[in-house]
Amino acid sequence: MFVRISAAIAALSLLGSPALAQGAKLTDPQIAHIAYTAGVIDIAAAKQAISKASNKDVKAFAQDMVRDHEAVNKQALDLVKKLKVTPEDNDTSKALSKQASEKLAELAKLKGADYDKAYVANEVAYHKTVNGALETQLIPSASNPELKGLLQTGLKIFQGHQQHAEHVATELK
Amino acid sequence: MRPGRYLPVTAASVMAVLLSAAIAVPAHAATIQITIENMEFAPAEVSARVGDTIEWINKDVLVHTATARNGDFDITTPPKKTVTSVLKKAGTVEYYCRYHPNMKAVLRIEP
Repeated sequence: MFVRISAAIAALSLLGSPALAQGAKLTDPQIAHIAYTAGVIDIAAAKQAISKASNKDVKAFAQDMVRDHEAVNKQALDLVKKLKVTPEDNDTSKALSKQASEKLAELAKLKGADYDKAYVANEVAYHKTVNGALETQLIPSASNPELKGLLQTGLKIFQGHQQHAEHVATELK
Repeated sequence: MRPGRYLPVTAASVMAVLLSAAIAVPAHAATIQITIENMEFAPAEVSARVGDTIEWINKDVLVHTATARNGDFDITTPPKKTVTSVLKKAGTVEYYCRYHPNMKAVLRIEP
């Protein structure tokens, strides 16, 4: 279970794929869309966990994810409005959303401790991949300094989430 | 070395001398700033005294808490807000953020 790589993560790895690397550099409207989508995905996973998780630490972690990702996405919306940038849908965002909904359906079939472990393991892997994508692709590609700054803030926050998820995963063993 | 305390105490002492005639504040009471930014408490180790005021300055866009492991205090700091609290009990208190448990720091409170 722990070595299974989630579909959403495979989608994010598109960022590093030759197809995208050869294409034009990601634009700010695309970066904003990818970052926002990544947040929406984690909020949806967390809402499922709040209703399904049995372990109280897992539930609390999920509540933290909703609170933080909603706060960061609100900042992102405020920023794009201020910059008059319209987030632009793109293949990475589409693949992320599609595969995340498949993951959600897969997790929906699990129960009790099995669900808790699978959700937290996926959170560890998901944050690890998102953080990697932020560090190596999204932040370096962002042109607008305010967008870059928000992504850097997001990275700090999501690194904290990754550590938190890793800690919860250890507790579940 | 107590970098977190040295300057605020000096400033507070000057203030205390200037204001001692007007305000009945104990001479040693200081105001100490602890900043919460990018998911960290800074400085991570602070020395203070009972009666000192802590200004918790949250620069993050997230709500945080400063929660003592021994239950002595539990401060909630809304995003981009500053909250003050007065230290009431001596002791070395480890505290953390309930929402981000990997955020940890220490307050050394002398009587």
